[in-house]
Amino acid sequence: MHHFARLLDALSTHAGRGDKLALMLDYFRATPDPDRGWALAALTDGVPLQVPFRRVLSNLMAQRVDPVLYKLSRDYVGDTAETVALLWPENGGSGRPPSLSEIVQSLQTVNPRALEPTLAKLLDASDGTERWALLKFIGGALRVGVSQRMAKTALAQLGGRDVGEIEEVWHALKPPYVDLFRWLEGHNERPATEGVPVFRPLMLATPIEEQDWPGLAAGDFAAEWKWDGIRVQVAATPQGVRLFSRTGEDISATFPEIAGAFSGRNVTADGELLVLRDGNVQPFNDLQQRLNRKVVAPKLMTDYPAHVRLYDLLFVDGEDLRTLSFEQRRQRLEGWHATAAPRHTDLSQLILFSHFDALTALHIDARAAGIEGLMLKRRASPYLAGRPKGHWFKWKRTALTLDCVLMYAQRGSGKRSSLYSDYTFGVWREGADNQRELVPVGKAYSGFTDAELKQLDGFIRQNTVETFGPVRAVKPELVLEVAFDAVQKSARHKSGVAMRFPRIHRIRWDKPAAEADTLAAIVALI
Amino acid sequence: MPLAETWVYPTTQGLFCAPGNFHIDPLQGADRALITHGHSDHARAGHGHVLATAETIAIMKVRYGEACAGLFQTIRYGELIEINGVVVRYVPAGHILGSAQIVLEWGGTRIVASGDYKRAADPTCQPFEVVPCDVFITEATFALPVFRHGPVGSEVAKLLQSMTRDAGRTHLIGAYGLGKCQRVIKLVRETGYDKPIYLHGAHVGLTRLYQDLGIELGDIRPVSEAAATELQGALVLCPPSALGDRWSRRFGEAVCGFASGWMRVRGRARQRGVELPLVISDHADWPELIDTIVATDAADVWVTHGRDDALVYQLSQMGRRARALSLIGRDEDAE
Ligand SMILES: [Zn+2]
Ligand SMILES: [Zn+2]
Repeated sequence: MHHFARLLDALSTHAGRGDKLALMLDYFRATPDPDRGWALAALTDGVPLQVPFRRVLSNLMAQRVDPVLYKLSRDYVGDTAETVALLWPENGGSGRPPSLSEIVQSLQTVNPRALEPTLAKLLDASDGTERWALLKFIGGALRVGVSQRMAKTALAQLGGRDVGEIEEVWHALKPPYVDLFRWLEGHNERPATEGVPVFRPLMLATPIEEQDWPGLAAGDFAAEWKWDGIRVQVAATPQGVRLFSRTGEDISATFPEIAGAFSGRNVTADGELLVLRDGNVQPFNDLQQRLNRKVVAPKLMTDYPAHVRLYDLLFVDGEDLRTLSFEQRRQRLEGWHATAAPRHTDLSQLILFSHFDALTALHIDARAAGIEGLMLKRRASPYLAGRPKGHWFKWKRTALTLDCVLMYAQRGSGKRSSLYSDYTFGVWREGADNQRELVPVGKAYSGFTDAELKQLDGFIRQNTVETFGPVRAVKPELVLEVAFDAVQKSARHKSGVAMRFPRIHRIRWDKPAAEADTLAAIVALI
Repeated sequence: MPLAETWVYPTTQGLFCAPGNFHIDPLQGADRALITHGHSDHARAGHGHVLATAETIAIMKVRYGEACAGLFQTIRYGELIEINGVVVRYVPAGHILGSAQIVLEWGGTRIVASGDYKRAADPTCQPFEVVPCDVFITEATFALPVFRHGPVGSEVAKLLQSMTRDAGRTHLIGAYGLGKCQRVIKLVRETGYDKPIYLHGAHVGLTRLYQDLGIELGDIRPVSEAAATELQGALVLCPPSALGDRWSRRFGEAVCGFASGWMRVRGRARQRGVELPLVISDHADWPELIDTIVATDAADVWVTHGRDDALVYQLSQMGRRARALSLIGRDEDAE
């Protein structure tokens, strides 16, 4: 417990990714099984404990702290676990707080009626940081700035493996992951995954560059639309169905209708998760309503019906198709789907073309809802994990650009915390009697070089008109040429529009702010 | 016996003593000001007549210039002075060098205006003394039960450990310029650390003053006069606002710390981007506030600045009369 508490404490104050990875790696090296595995569970999928956490905590606190003072404290601190840790009567700790495995064991086997005294005893035996870590460990939601992917990357470093290999076995394993650590440290074979729906590392595309074209022959490639949803993988075996995000996160619970559609099947397939109404792909905004939810209300499922547009087949009935060519896998996909036809799925159609010029024409017109551009896939390529060059290309439709005016700037985080690196920009709205005012239309954090960042920072400091905390309002004088993928209507923005993936394309030191674009110009792009 | 609130009460200038015709820690330009301590939200320039400890007067002169008040009058701890029939006494508050509680007696009632105070030991100032009274006027900067500041020794140890572990990196510690900065230096010196300690320009004047007033702080140097190589692995103190500022870039990959009672709460440390939070406070924490009030045995407690809601609530639960004074012009965040 003590070491885990130190780890979490350090993770919460170190902003840099490199620092965080090193901290986790040190911890995994120095901590024995099974404790490190329980820590890993806390950092990833959560520790499997059935504790009615909120109720237990509020009962415990009601006996110890006046409710009014508790509420004032909770409001100030902003985090329940931390509030309880800070308020818990100080007993100086016992000097030997329980280990993570002792904690798991006592909470897994405890009689529900003895839960409160058991937790109280654990808290009594701990100092302040340990209490905080203990409550985070049990309650989940660590909030120490570590993603699942980052924790798995630290594991990969421990074993000198690729993070994709960790992903591939991850979902076949359970806390405290003893087999995983034994494999990573070279004592064991790789853990078996047979029969368990696991995530297979994805094959990804590279953006096509101008210099790529001369080396490509049209006949070697198949083309598909690049759909504007999120990349998913469905893994179904007789033991169950899982829907994975691009990073291998299990999102089955968020999309129960998809998991249900694959129930009883035995395949692993890749596709694009979309919201579809009457066969039409809806804007990405609609899909966003469904993302990041642990519980899904039926109404949400009817209002934003989820759908997977399939484009690759990796396994069928236990057979690994990944060594086959794209063309062969495509045939197997079509054959399988024709008979299986799970609900809420269809196939991403291949686009027929004889030469690239015909595709270029399509590409230029590709502005329909839900389409981001084109994909080119080499017909002979096997399914290769990662981003191998020369096999799959994404050909995004050209970004749109507009000239916007810098309005606000905010300090960045981590290494950028001494620089104003987050920018809010706006365009002119023309009101009655030709009055013009700037309305914010987006925020960007990227697209500039370090040297440009310093210049922008200097401009902001010299042109600040007002400061609110970390935010500065600046004189509306600098024009930023902003590139973005699309514009959508948005009720959340004062301007009524929101840009998708805005980034700074160029800084127009030369251009007068008065000549920046208008809101009408943006609305015309919707 | 006159009711306390009929002869001491807040005006737009600050806390006023009517029979004595003076203010305590007033806003700018009072005729007669009694000053508890040198922090800028308590000691301001431009008063006609100032009564304060010698240290507080010296601090005011460094901050605002020799002529920052019409007339200065020095008072020693424990000395009795009568002002228009009100008997005035200054008693150590344990907050910073020269800080005092001001004890007022008139018509058989005793009121203690404690300014800012703490009970924890501090090698740079005299410890707080409890004065039994009828009315105790208290601050409430850390008046929430989550604020229980542990022993500073372990926080200093944490700093030194980090300096050993990351020996090549500059340790840049944000610390309030008056009191906190000098206390941190002194605490570090007490562990035997004898290398030069470097200061942001804003901290130099007051630190020199502490040294002149007899607080031994060892080899102190301004950052501006140090070579870049000297600063590698060195301990540097700066105003908290300088931590995220352009000034801090000269130290490269510095370890940024912040010495403040606020660091007890993680969110506050994260908000500041602080890697090394050090819980070192010059204000009383929650148990110290309650214990002190109980020790004075005051029947009435007036709460000036900070989290008055929680403290007033707690005191009324304990059967004491408590109310918030809501004085204007006090800084509730600087610590
Ligand atoms: Zn003060
Ligand atoms: Zn104060």
